[in-house]
Amino acid sequence: MVKKSAVRSALPKAPSGILGLDEITGGGLPRGRPTLVCGSAGSGKTLLSIEFLVRGVELGEPGVFVAFEETSEELAQNVASLGFDIRRLSAQRKLLIDYVRVERSEIEETGEYDLEGLFVRLGHAIDTAAAKRVVLDTIESLFGGLSNAAVLRAELRRLFHWLKARGVTAIVTAERGVGALTRHGLEEYVSDCVILLDHRVTDQISTRRLRVVKYRGSNHGTNEYPFLIDDDGVSVLPITSLGLHHGASSERVSSGITPLDTMLGGGCFRGSTVLISGTPGTGKTSLAARFAEATCRRGERCLYFSFEESPGQLSRNMRSIGIDLGRWLKRGLLRLEAARPTIYGLETHLAFMHRAVRESRPAAVVVDPITDFTLTHSLADNKAMLMRLIDFFKSEGITAAFTSLTSAGVHPEQTEAAVSSLIDTWIVLRDLERQGRRHRALCVLKSRGMAHSHDVREFRITNRGVDIGDDQPAPAARPAQLRKRPGVPARKREMP
Amino acid sequence: MSAAKRSGPKSKVRAAAAKPKAAERWELRLYVAGHTPRSLAAVVNLKKICETHLSGKYRLEVIDLLANPKLARADQIVAIPTLVRKLPPPVKKIIGDLSNTERTLVGMQLVPRR
Repeated sequence: MVKKSAVRSALPKAPSGILGLDEITGGGLPRGRPTLVCGSAGSGKTLLSIEFLVRGVELGEPGVFVAFEETSEELAQNVASLGFDIRRLSAQRKLLIDYVRVERSEIEETGEYDLEGLFVRLGHAIDTAAAKRVVLDTIESLFGGLSNAAVLRAELRRLFHWLKARGVTAIVTAERGVGALTRHGLEEYVSDCVILLDHRVTDQISTRRLRVVKYRGSNHGTNEYPFLIDDDGVSVLPITSLGLHHGASSERVSSGITPLDTMLGGGCFRGSTVLISGTPGTGKTSLAARFAEATCRRGERCLYFSFEESPGQLSRNMRSIGIDLGRWLKRGLLRLEAARPTIYGLETHLAFMHRAVRESRPAAVVVDPITDFTLTHSLADNKAMLMRLIDFFKSEGITAAFTSLTSAGVHPEQTEAAVSSLIDTWIVLRDLERQGRRHRALCVLKSRGMAHSHDVREFRITNRGVDIGDDQPAPAARPAQLRKRPGVPARKREMP
Repeated sequence: MSAAKRSGPKSKVRAAAAKPKAAERWELRLYVAGHTPRSLAAVVNLKKICETHLSGKYRLEVIDLLANPKLARADQIVAIPTLVRKLPPPVKKIIGDLSNTERTLVGMQLVPRR
């Protein structure tokens, strides 16, 4: 009997090449063994397994795809939308597709039989392509074509042993059964690795999720991970919560507003998370855009997720207050991603954001605003998502700014209770009405690890940009003549 | 296609069975894999049926997939043994060792179903 730890370290893995999946599985699928991928119709089984083969070819491992449900022509058309040219790969003999059709109406069964024909075909295909990877999609179709279930079961069991003996890394797909992983209990035969795909629609919003149900002899993430299928193929979002292992930089980065940096004692920490909350019209987006601009000015990349304004609208509006985002967009330092929060589920948003970050590798990220998600999702979901997002940004060393809308009439420090514990620096913007005028006010509610100012300062938005005054905005209790007049250079003053 | 053919009028099947045309050629292919007892049984059973029912107007080809694996693809062979009736059309497949003569005859459409 081999010790468990020895098995774990000795288990070789074949990288699937699918974004995120290799991280969850700790390196890929068990090499030389079959993996069961199950899920209901339309959950992405075929696409996942095709990508496994296409990436395999890229890694120098030819593959065989045995299709039980689609002809090779249909398959080629279906995956072309994901950017996979399997016709070319088959022409290069790196990917061999064998369409196996078993039509019950054409077949009469008389006496004993086995599936040796399938074995011969598969063996021949593997030899022809010198394949290292094999996909059987969806082998359960045989149950529809042949009536002797006992024979089929025995033969499938033999097939999986045979695949193992051939040493190919295989994916076997199966339909989700009622109350079981697969309709015909294939999980009994494929015991090394089982992956479950799920496609759920809640409140008209669909989310795809992937879970590694079982991975014998290996550690793996056990959560449900959201995944995307789009023109780049499948990408799994490997994070739920990364835990608190990220390093902490003591380098300061500018918020883009010098007085605010001074209030924070020199700027916020690189890789920290800043929340800018406030009632409508207090200048949250302006402050966030200023932060984005400052990032680009340093020559660093910034990724701006806008959930309320289109890129064009945001650029125009910011130009009116002297922030030229277009310049940074042109230079490629700024990337604007705009989407309505309601078009995807939280996880899908998270997955998109995750991928955008992976693609553009920004030094700073702005999410403007985070509150819109509460429209469609529960507070608990929202918090979970933010935690995952924040953990992800931190692990990547990204400085993140979130804006958050506080509803009028609600105490400004109350609504964000759900997220405040996750935030390093919290800037609150307020609206004060004094002497017939509205004033914007800014204060730093908290800032971890730094001696920050406790002042409430006036926050001004003009056509030259955003600025912060040196003192409180027009306190009503003071005599008018003592108040700082606009335009007059302000003196530094002690707080009463 | 096949479903339509299958649900076609039974009388057609019966007519074909009742008075097979003298010129009708039967082309049969039996797929086996190696010389297993089951394969050998299928060959013996098939030859017996052919001699009894199709004497002089059939051609039987026994294909060993172990020797010719690529032939399995063209005729969509999964189970072994598989008997393929290439002619007369439509193509019919009978899988198993053909030990049940009655069912084999039905499958080959040599006798009407039931």
